[in-house]
Amino acid sequence: MSWLKSTRAAPWLMTAGLLVLWQAVCSAFSIDEFIFPSPIQVWHALIEYAGPIRQHSLQTLLTTVAGFGIGVVFGLALGVAVGSSPWLYSATYPLLVAFNSIPKVAFVPILIVWFGIGTIPAILTAFLISFFPIVVNVATGLATLEPELEDVLRALGASRLDILKKVGLPRSMPFFFASLKVSITLAFVGSVISETVASNLGIGYLMMSASSSNRMALVFAGLVVVSILAMLMYVVFAWLEMRITGWAHRRGH
Amino acid sequence: MKPFVRFEDVALSYRDDGEFAIEDVTLSIAPNEFVAVVGPSGCGKSTMMKLCSGLRKPTRGRVEVAGGAVAGPLKIVGMAFQNPTLLPWRTTLDNVLLPLEVVEPYRRTFAAKKRGEYSDRAMALLKTVGLAEHADKFPWQLSGGMQQRASICRALIHEPQLLMLDEPFAALDAFTREELWCVLRDLWAAKPFTVILVTHDLREAVFLADTVFVMSARPGRILARKPIELARPRDLEVTYSDGFIKLVHDLRERIGTVRKAHGSVRKPAEPAR
Repeated sequence: MSWLKSTRAAPWLMTAGLLVLWQAVCSAFSIDEFIFPSPIQVWHALIEYAGPIRQHSLQTLLTTVAGFGIGVVFGLALGVAVGSSPWLYSATYPLLVAFNSIPKVAFVPILIVWFGIGTIPAILTAFLISFFPIVVNVATGLATLEPELEDVLRALGASRLDILKKVGLPRSMPFFFASLKVSITLAFVGSVISETVASNLGIGYLMMSASSSNRMALVFAGLVVVSILAMLMYVVFAWLEMRITGWAHRRGH
Repeated sequence: MKPFVRFEDVALSYRDDGEFAIEDVTLSIAPNEFVAVVGPSGCGKSTMMKLCSGLRKPTRGRVEVAGGAVAGPLKIVGMAFQNPTLLPWRTTLDNVLLPLEVVEPYRRTFAAKKRGEYSDRAMALLKTVGLAEHADKFPWQLSGGMQQRASICRALIHEPQLLMLDEPFAALDAFTREELWCVLRDLWAAKPFTVILVTHDLREAVFLADTVFVMSARPGRILARKPIELARPRDLEVTYSDGFIKLVHDLRERIGTVRKAHGSVRKPAEPAR
């Protein structure tokens, strides 16, 4: 009984409860599978279409990771540049905010004109949507460095690069990893949106074609797969965060 | 004796419009002298530290340290502040070693062969301040007083000729503060170096220093130079002696007049209610 009350059990219980509720609603009102499939029907679709789902979800995963990877490299570089120069910070911050407020789906038609239908627009959409949190967090981590600490090192003759290497970067690592967790889930949003609009591969495409042929259970199966993939990636980065920046969390010596 | 630190008619303004943080500051500090600077908030005490360490250039006048005009970061200074500013991802020992990874000539030899040797030196220093058992702990595992000891060790590890302390004990409780006065006193007595201690605490200034400078409110000027002629080594007991109390009282009075003069300018003859 005590396990059921523990916080470890809470997410599983909540998920199971929601599934039961979902199934109960579908059965009680005998909702048509083509409108709103029940969990059991979604499960059947998952099994029935396991082959295509595997193929398309692998495509989505690769696309997302590629876009996210570019986002990390670019975001880290831009974040370091913006965070270590007050001038660049003031110069680029408004632009970055303005850019980030554009719905990224609006870029997809442009990307299609430039790169054609397929994987590249999806990778680029994932990149565009995922780099912003990384830039902001790394820049914030660097810009909030204690001035006294900087004075201590500068008085010793440390160069800007020294300060960045010894203090700035390690200090902004918790900010960086926190942003990775946000960015990886955003990257999935980007790649799936792009696949939905213009691709013949990937979970987004699978869901689009399933809905146009009225296979609603398969659409839902696609949603489930995307959320599971995103959650797994989130867990990977949460684990990495604990491993690398455990000092910032103070749990377990 | 040739002074180690000399200010000649120094003024510094952080902005172009000419409002000075300090003004007309002329003073000299002998080698291995322990100097305390006291004054009301915002009197430019921290500005003096920036000038001595070469982080700032004076707007007017001339600052000399170790026989030459200060033209950039000096490397012979160590600094500690009210906030210990230890790096949370480094152990106490690694925090203390940080300056050696940065400052020449240690930097060149640090990575290759001398790390062990430098660690021994850091451990010896930690031992003198009573932190030897805590060398492998992280800053958040240490109390405020221990963190401040580590911070002072970090300021001293490269054997600076000039140690600058900006209210290093201000955030500590009274007992810990007095304990750390003694730690600092002993470090200085064991291996003399020049100290500039900026503080609000007059007892701290009188207990530790050879000479106390009193500064005025902004723009900071030197109002008085008070030599403290209490015999050394000084024990905490001395802080209860009449001579000590009289010295503190004298200083308090001077700062009191500063504030009164300041207040009367702002509030001219307000009728009592």
